Amino acid sequence: MKLDALARGCGEWLRGTGPDSDIVVSSRIRLARNLAEFPFIRRCSEAQRRAIARLVRDRVAELDEWSETEYFDIPGLGDIDRQLLVERQLISRELSKADGPRAVVVEPQETFSLMVNEEDHLRLQVMHSGFDLEPAWRQINHLDDLLEERLPYAFHEQLGYLTACPTNVGTGLRVSVMFHLPGLVLSREIDKVFRGLQKMHLAVRGLYGEGSQALGDFYQISNQLTLGKTEEQLIARVAEIVPQLLEYERKARQTLLEHSHKELHDRVSRALGILRTAKTISSEETLLLLSSVRLGINLKLISGIDIATVNRLFLQTQPAHLQKIRGRELDTAARNEERAIFLQKHLPAS
Amino acid sequence: MKCQHCEKPATFHITELTGPEPQEVHLCEDHAQIFLAMPSVEADEGDPSAASDLSEDESEGEKTAAGGAVSGTAGGAGKQKKLAKTAEDLSRVDQRTCPKCGITFHEFRQQGRLGCAHDYDFFQRELEPLLSNIHGEKLHCGKRPRTAGAEALVRAELNRLKEQMREAVDKEQYELASQLRDQIRKMDKDGANS
Repeated sequence: MKLDALARGCGEWLRGTGPDSDIVVSSRIRLARNLAEFPFIRRCSEAQRRAIARLVRDRVAELDEWSETEYFDIPGLGDIDRQLLVERQLISRELSKADGPRAVVVEPQETFSLMVNEEDHLRLQVMHSGFDLEPAWRQINHLDDLLEERLPYAFHEQLGYLTACPTNVGTGLRVSVMFHLPGLVLSREIDKVFRGLQKMHLAVRGLYGEGSQALGDFYQISNQLTLGKTEEQLIARVAEIVPQLLEYERKARQTLLEHSHKELHDRVSRALGILRTAKTISSEETLLLLSSVRLGINLKLISGIDIATVNRLFLQTQPAHLQKIRGRELDTAARNEERAIFLQKHLPAS
Repeated sequence: MKCQHCEKPATFHITELTGPEPQEVHLCEDHAQIFLAMPSVEADEGDPSAASDLSEDESEGEKTAAGGAVSGTAGGAGKQKKLAKTAEDLSRVDQRTCPKCGITFHEFRQQGRLGCAHDYDFFQRELEPLLSNIHGEKLHCGKRPRTAGAEALVRAELNRLKEQMREAVDKEQYELASQLRDQIRKMDKDGANS
């Protein structure tokens, strides 16, 4: 698997299929684990980090189910390649920018990846399209079992899986569901909904996790607590708010259709018009307009374009993807021009 | 603005009033949780003014907290004495050093990340209130490594029963709580005999 090939396809999480995928974009679960025989990352020497990366690489190679996976040594990758992995959500921004030996193991379908030497020795994640938490949990639980048989974890009788940050101790589990919520944003109800979620100890984050803005009306909802509940209970707590949020978003869309049909139709048509005709366009503006187009398709105000195409464009118009597809490094101005050309090619006027 | 302790953006802006001068602290969500959950000696003694006051500034979508071990206007000799004791206790705790990885508690407070698995035992007393503040719980009830064997399973079951007992007491279901207590004692005894 080459990163160039990866850039031309669509990651699992933007495939646009799966239950309620018009609103729930993806379901993601990650487990934080540390190896018993090494100090946590901050106290690891360079040699120890190298030993961890080598150990993980060797043990993973023994697993039949991991035979298709690819191991990427992060320091050996160029800036664009690292950024490409971040844009596809296969690694975190922190892993991309950190120092020292570190790696990621990626499965070709991108349903799972394993970060090595991030904040914890191991960060295993599974990502499915649509609202699909239970199958995602079964998969990651099994993958974790396989790793655990070969890599003894730091585990404490009372506190569970030990992590570098006490906010992750216990299950080491973070379950996130990514939503596309343009209806609630347009009707200005989004803040009210999020205040309610925060009271339930659920975190709300933007497209690329903590601190990132809610670009393109994408939001991730995830658990904050990791100790004192089983994994199933923590997953259920996030899962149980999904139908409610789906209902709010659908209701907001319906209200917009009933009371502001003309304005909404105008908005999504203009968005598509700009994407089809602009000569230079930033990635932020692209995300914003694609979000309107995605809403327009789901509400049948726009025809002739499928959701999968729009999802793919969300990813491929981002800076690293665009440069990878073009096959060369581009500065901001050149990227904005290439992006406009790329959009026109993939959103032809019907 | 970046968090003072890591690469993540600072979303919490806190004014610490414990020292001679007010001190601005800028933290990400994780580090702020740790900072705000740090045990304050005064708070342990039941002074509600000691707790950090976290208020949300909705216009900016960011959070501002003011507080610390003592409020800016509080005074008096007794308060001063208490404050000196707090500082002394904190500095003693801060100097404790894990024999395995060499991290001091002060370093942990600064960085928000522990140095090794042993820290959870070595700093147990300091970490316990912090974990309770963050998670509202003290015992792991979830998955366990299968390779850890039968003892780990018994321990998991015990943790679950203790949790149920605590809930029963909270709900004043004392009969259920005493049944659970007996069950726990029996398991403890069986465990000791095996």
